[in-house]
Amino acid sequence: MKIKEIPAFAGSEMKRFIGFIKKEFYHIFRDRRSLFILFGMPIAQILLFGFAITNEINNVDIAILDHSKDNTTEEIINKIAASKYFSIKQLITREADIASVFQKGQVKAVLNFEKDFSKNLIKDHKATIQVITDATDPNTANTITNYINAILQQYQKELNKDITIAYQIIPQTRMVYNPELKSVYMFVPGVMTIILMLVSAMMTSISITREKELGTMEILLVSPLRPFQVIIGKVVPYIFLSIINAIVIVMLSIFIFNMPVQGSLILLGLESVLFIITSLALGILISTISATQQTAMMISLMGLMLPVILLSGFIFPISSMPMPLQIISNIIPAKWFIIILKAIMLKGVGMQFIWKETLILLGMTVFFIALSVKKYKIRLE
Amino acid sequence: MGISISNISKSYKNVKTLHDISFDVKPNELFGLIGPDGAGKTTLFRILTTLLFPDEGTATVAGFDVVGDYKEIRKNVGYMPGRFSLYQDLTVEENLNFFATIFGTTIDENYDLIKDIYVQIEPFKDRRAGKLSGGMKQKLALSCALIHKPKVLFLDEPTTGVDPVSRKEFWEMLKRLQQKGITILVSTPYMDEAALCDRVALIQDGNIMEIDTPEAIVKHYPKPIYNVRAHNMYQLITSLKDYEFNHSVYPFGEFVHYTDSRTDFKPMELQHYLESKNLKNIEIHETDATIEDTFMELAK
Repeated sequence: MKIKEIPAFAGSEMKRFIGFIKKEFYHIFRDRRSLFILFGMPIAQILLFGFAITNEINNVDIAILDHSKDNTTEEIINKIAASKYFSIKQLITREADIASVFQKGQVKAVLNFEKDFSKNLIKDHKATIQVITDATDPNTANTITNYINAILQQYQKELNKDITIAYQIIPQTRMVYNPELKSVYMFVPGVMTIILMLVSAMMTSISITREKELGTMEILLVSPLRPFQVIIGKVVPYIFLSIINAIVIVMLSIFIFNMPVQGSLILLGLESVLFIITSLALGILISTISATQQTAMMISLMGLMLPVILLSGFIFPISSMPMPLQIISNIIPAKWFIIILKAIMLKGVGMQFIWKETLILLGMTVFFIALSVKKYKIRLE
Repeated sequence: MGISISNISKSYKNVKTLHDISFDVKPNELFGLIGPDGAGKTTLFRILTTLLFPDEGTATVAGFDVVGDYKEIRKNVGYMPGRFSLYQDLTVEENLNFFATIFGTTIDENYDLIKDIYVQIEPFKDRRAGKLSGGMKQKLALSCALIHKPKVLFLDEPTTGVDPVSRKEFWEMLKRLQQKGITILVSTPYMDEAALCDRVALIQDGNIMEIDTPEAIVKHYPKPIYNVRAHNMYQLITSLKDYEFNHSVYPFGEFVHYTDSRTDFKPMELQHYLESKNLKNIEIHETDATIEDTFMELAK
């Protein structure tokens, strides 16, 4: 008799739960704005970070002021023009023009070859080029100077190839995992982290606080639904949607930006699901401490978005932060997820190298869930 | 199987919202909790629906203790909070279906109970709840609160913000529900609705002032009460308030309800006084007390 009752009871509990999830999907699909945020934001962000925000330089316009016009300067100019980084926009003839081309914003740099460049080089074994850059954007100016230096050094080496210098230190640099230094490789893991975090945490916290605000939470409380059913019911739809988001982001980065996924896709998927659950747990926690949708949104944006951008190592390297910030960065789940993502996507490593980070994320998730279940009120006070 | 409340007190942020409240609602009774905004009606409802703990005292609903047996109560009561708490982005039918599902039932199973009410909104069953009029929202909220066939129904100001016609219909529906064996506790700030209850409790500032049938409450009114009318309402009220023998002066529709502090009051004297204040078309005649008069008298 007893045995027969259990499945019937479990069946009705399941029905209740499915009914609740169905309702959540109605909410999501009928709210155009949040749908747009859900699926528009990931695509827009990936494309933005991938195309627009980049610290590489390409086709930078420069001007040349060549006082000597000899073979050597011509060769150097040709080398620079041949690189894909620079395009020679103008040839100017007077020193006075330098200021004016910068002021008009036509070029980012001017190369000023001294008079009798070739002669000086042969006679004195040295000649000078003045590299003037527009440092209103210091990063770009720096990069331009470095690139031009590199081209000049390359040329110098070619000139000296027959001469052997007695003592020589030759640094052999090799950039591994991202040999072309594509910034999109750095942004994809970061953007994926931000999006999963925001979508999961913000959307769940908003959807729970909306029930509080509308007063429907009161009815849900005065019903046989259990607290954990309400919470899980709120979370399940967003797990699905976030997984779809993660897939979209990975597809976009593979097919549009040729980002490699060296490691296992399955491992990538599982780690993403773990991070999604961490974020959802954070979202539930936020909803237990905020009474209105606005508070929930502000806490999610300020409390999650900023630390994720600033302290997760997404944009600013953690190792160059002051010690206190480095310590704080450890409690930010995004930091660990970014490490995991980079390891799987770029280094192609397996679980044996990221188990520590995974364990930390797992621990955080359990902690957040326990805390929010404890804080979740079965009453109004 | 009704409601039993004994010595309930509750404070909120150091303000005492309920003072030692005790009363019983009999099984199958339509009981009204009448009082102005801020009287503590909603707090009492939340204690009875297990949403708040009482600071002191105990209460049972349908035989279950509100603190210890809260899970049982949540299965057996219907609750309609002050604001119609519906999902605005779900249609009428989806709302009803949702509440049926979470209570482990279906619309078909208990259709009998909600038929009279639901039939009126069924033509709009595909409309989103947010686009319904106040009266229709109220009917839907009531249907949702009833769909699991509760033993006790709590309605917190169900008619606030609803037009007079819908209000009247709503009370007729409550009467019909009562006949189906449901105990109903309803709160309202509208004194005219009190007369439709079996018994009412008058509540103000967290104190129960009187509990009785509406007829008895009206009968208890201690003084003869007079309808007074004149050409200028405002001037009439100020003049009456200035009158040295006035006991109470309350505007009541097109009349002013007036009681006198003397036992041998003669309306002619008041007439003369008012004429001396340049009021014209004066009418004074005795009338029956209403619950509102009683309430005002008790609240004094």
